Amino acid sequence: MRLQKNTLLALYSALEFAAQPQRQLSVAGIAASLRVSPHHLAKVLRTLGRAGLVDSVRGARGGYRFAGNARRVTLMDVIALFEDIGAPPLRARRSRRAAEQALDEVLAEIDDTARATFGSVTLDTMLKLIERRNGRD
Amino acid sequence: MHQEMPRLSRRRNAATARPALRVRSALPGDLAQVIAIDARATGLPKPEYWAGILRRYGRGGARRRFLVGEAGARIVGYIVGEVRDWEFGSPPCGWVFGIGVLPDEREAGVATRLLEAMTADFRRQGVTTMRTLIARDNRLVLSFFRSQGMMAAPVIPLEKDVG
Repeated sequence: MRLQKNTLLALYSALEFAAQPQRQLSVAGIAASLRVSPHHLAKVLRTLGRAGLVDSVRGARGGYRFAGNARRVTLMDVIALFEDIGAPPLRARRSRRAAEQALDEVLAEIDDTARATFGSVTLDTMLKLIERRNGRD
Repeated sequence: MHQEMPRLSRRRNAATARPALRVRSALPGDLAQVIAIDARATGLPKPEYWAGILRRYGRGGARRRFLVGEAGARIVGYIVGEVRDWEFGSPPCGWVFGIGVLPDEREAGVATRLLEAMTADFRRQGVTTMRTLIARDNRLVLSFFRSQGMMAAPVIPLEKDVG
């Protein structure tokens, strides 16, 4: 399973915001920590803003602040803003050969599992997971 | 049979006064309330099934547990589990196969307390792994177990239509 770059940036950003829900974070600050250009990240954050996951704060010291509920927002909620996980491949609709249909069936099984996994892990659960990993390091 | 427990609404104010929760082994007198909790979630009362669960798990046999959460005079939740040896080739492992909480008592940590009690019991029995099985589309219960630190097990459930 590979996620697109913007999807990963959105997930990492959402986790940054959710970890410090009261704090206002600057685009430049997050971009530096993720090692991407602020311009690129700004586009990703605008999408998160349109989805109501972050609020933008205007002004010279502007930035973004978390606006979601970390115990309710799942990884799937964020991913779905950027890509269509597990959408049936185009070839499935015009599959004629039994081998193609059989393979599509197996791939669909994998997609279902991926959707269930992403859909059941909330940002809050991810933060706990990160905390546990930090504790091990 | 896992019920849908947490709601998508925000967590209820923890300051709301509520009787203290006590987790204990299930007794025959609890059964009607457990059946009602299950029926509210699944839409299907199963008195015979639960009578069987009480018979086999209620007495806290060697490795079986049927626990309830009691708040005041009410049963607000239940959990059923047991330690199974070498099932599916796995070393002894604790299985949770039923958990449910009254709808108006959700979001108050009842399921967490029940699961903690079961986990402690599994530990006392010497097992180091706990497992459960949840329908893939039951996102809310999946989310609950995920929030408790559970990850995908190294097993894949399979089924076949034999009708």
